[in-house]
Amino acid sequence: MSVDAVVVGSGPAGSTVAEALTRAGWTVVIFEKGRNHLLDLSDPTKPARDFSNDEIKFLCRHFLGPDPIVEPRTFRSSPEDGERSHTGEVNSIPSTVGGGGTHADGKVPRLREEDFKLLSLYGPQRDASVADWPLAYEELEPFYTEAEMAIGVAGQAGANPFESFRSAPYPMPPGPPMFGATLSAKAAEALGYHPYPAPTAANSVPYGGRPACNNCGFCAFFGCPIHAKGDPVALLMAAMASGNAKLMPETFVSKILTNGRRATGVEFIGPDGTKRSMEARYVVLAAGAIETPRLLLLSGFDHPLIGRNLMVHFQTIVVGSFPMRLHSERGRAVTHVHDDHILMDRDSRAAAREAGLPWIRGGMVEHSGTSLPIAEAKTYPWGPDHKVQMRESPLRDHLWAFTMQGEDLAQPTNMVDLDPQVRDARGFPVARITYKPHAHEVVASCHHGPRLAEVLKLMGAHWTLVTTTPSCKGALGAGILSPIPQSRHVMGTVRMGENPSASVVDSFGRFHDMDNLVVADSSVFVTSAGYGPTLTLVALASRAAAGLR
Amino acid sequence: MDLGKDAQTMGYWLTEQEYRTLSYALERLIPADEQTPGAIQAGVADYVDMLLGAFCFDPPRIWAKGPTSGRYGGQPAFGEFHELSALDELAWRIRIEGSKGIPEREFNGAVTGLQESYRQGLAALGDDFCEIDAQAQDERLRAHPEFTALLYEHACEGMYGAPEYGGNKDLIGWRSIGFAGDVQPRGWSDNEVTSR
Ligand SMILES: Cc1cc2nc3c(=O)[nH]c(=O)nc-3n(C[C@H](O)[C@H](O)[C@H](O)COP(=O)(O)OP(=O)(O)OC[C@H]3O[C@@H](n4cnc5c(N)ncnc54)[C@H](O)[C@@H]3O)c2cc1C
Ligand code: SF4
Repeated sequence: MSVDAVVVGSGPAGSTVAEALTRAGWTVVIFEKGRNHLLDLSDPTKPARDFSNDEIKFLCRHFLGPDPIVEPRTFRSSPEDGERSHTGEVNSIPSTVGGGGTHADGKVPRLREEDFKLLSLYGPQRDASVADWPLAYEELEPFYTEAEMAIGVAGQAGANPFESFRSAPYPMPPGPPMFGATLSAKAAEALGYHPYPAPTAANSVPYGGRPACNNCGFCAFFGCPIHAKGDPVALLMAAMASGNAKLMPETFVSKILTNGRRATGVEFIGPDGTKRSMEARYVVLAAGAIETPRLLLLSGFDHPLIGRNLMVHFQTIVVGSFPMRLHSERGRAVTHVHDDHILMDRDSRAAAREAGLPWIRGGMVEHSGTSLPIAEAKTYPWGPDHKVQMRESPLRDHLWAFTMQGEDLAQPTNMVDLDPQVRDARGFPVARITYKPHAHEVVASCHHGPRLAEVLKLMGAHWTLVTTTPSCKGALGAGILSPIPQSRHVMGTVRMGENPSASVVDSFGRFHDMDNLVVADSSVFVTSAGYGPTLTLVALASRAAAGLR
Repeated sequence: MDLGKDAQTMGYWLTEQEYRTLSYALERLIPADEQTPGAIQAGVADYVDMLLGAFCFDPPRIWAKGPTSGRYGGQPAFGEFHELSALDELAWRIRIEGSKGIPEREFNGAVTGLQESYRQGLAALGDDFCEIDAQAQDERLRAHPEFTALLYEHACEGMYGAPEYGGNKDLIGWRSIGFAGDVQPRGWSDNEVTSR
């Protein structure tokens, strides 16, 4: 059997490509190693009914996969740790039909103009591979607009004074602000920051045949029981409804088949465990920035940059405990954000100079509470105080937090490769992550963290605490969390660029040295910027699809 | 089938003695106080027992179905459980039963399952655990930090997770902390989200 395109991965990136290509009349087969809990495959205009407000199922029992027993990953901070320091869960994004789009809480900001040209605007950093993107914001803007329309983004144009150019308003107004966010936004404003309603891929009004969000509060880490979340339900449903797409869940692509400069198809293992292959005119990789390089390495591709320059976001987490109850279990996880810490000002330049760095940039700051009692309970010690703590709830009902998604510089030594020993249950070497932050991230975090704590104090916090993930030497609150980054934003491992020796793919995600092999996910990112990657990767994926047609 | 009653009378996987030791141990981790009940009254031991005995049921009691529990409208779908795929079953059998020398389960070496961890951990707390005083019980728990950490993890899940998994009886866990639990399809009104 031969099709126009096979797409590996059914997350936001794969769904975007599948939708664009099927709309153009192509036949597309989407391979997804995880199970289908998203769509009713007998009638893809209907969602499945498997998602629920269930903390055990989604947070304690790996409902959306990957299960770290059968699909582990390994981690080490650097080769000095030996072959690995940890085996199990590392940076897992759901492995399921819909990928991470199913349980992200969908803050989907655009990048800003300057994010695409850090090298020419601000210059290099030692030991980091800072580079300009091979495309400008202006070239991506129409695809951002298309992406916001397609997945359904609620937001308010003009509310963020630093926002990049937009050719169209958001398709929906923002949803209701959470109580805590009304307070933190006020405090942030009083200190000169500029909070605005988070652009969110959750319906604030009925949109695209899906209902408005009813604020159930089990949002980040949960599938939406009423399918009010946009990506990637919307795009995958559209692709399936076209009649030109076939979805193959529980099917692991184990190899990209090639013949000289051509990818001829893929080899895959279905739910019954047998190995088969499929031919295609085009092979599109959308397995995410960890699994895409893993698949390339499993297939024997040997460009030295494959897997290199892995970026996450260096998260600075600032929490405060408040006298009033904040009932963060009501509403989406995050309703407000601010961008001020991404910009450089006199203070941040001075901090950079003092640390011997040319510049530092922070990231978008999310205003959020916590809402989950099991997670809260596990943070208190056991014994007679447990119930007192749970009733008083300093770490849930009285807690408010800022998370800064700090820009993480690309470093060639941060990478994904194949673990020399550890295997998945199918017998394939798993992805090994080697990651250690650059001084830039640590300095930026130390600079901005205390400033965010000031906001919480003004908001009325009894106490505040600053910590980071990953934790590392020199970082604030070092040692509280682990050296494994908790950020679920992964980027950079199959970098795009104009120069084939300094990049693997071009600005359309096409391999420099292959005729018909394309990467459509955040593996292609050149810088991490201080923003969640999903809208940008969706925009890049639809541009990559346009490049095929 | 009334899970609560059955669990208390027959158990799923643990022996009667183990079940008793487990209940008393959990009560030390999350004890009742003057204001709210503790782990025994919330049936947390049933949560653990149902996890250890998940494969006594078809489909195994790993993941409750959705989208609603019926507590705020909709169907009581949490009462049924999802079928497992072959890969899911492999993962959960390894986790619960351990690898037991079965080659298919040992692709990364031998794995100790939860059943064995509990059997050994509960035995190590001693047959007389229910008879000794609270202070002595705490000492024994502290003497086995690894097992106690596992117990506490499950104690928190059984106390504050959905009752369909065996714990949080009569919503005691949620009620004692004023948590509404799963709220679909009702959700929260815009006003409830934004106002104090
Ligand atoms: C809790 C949480 C909150 C988040 N919040 C945000 C947010 O607010 N904003 C934001 O921008 N981003 C957020 N993210 C990140 C977001 O989920 C990812 O950026 C996004 O899902 C990436 O899309 P993708 O399609 O590139 O990859 P993925 O979503 O990772 O999808 C890849 C898919 O490919 C499948 N796959 C992998 N390898 C193979 C193979 N060999 N064969 C077959 N299938 C394969 C995987 O199973 C997976 O389903 C969040 C993530 C999490 C976990
Ligand atoms: S808060 Fe809204 S978008 Fe999030 S899961 Fe609940 S209903 Fe869905």
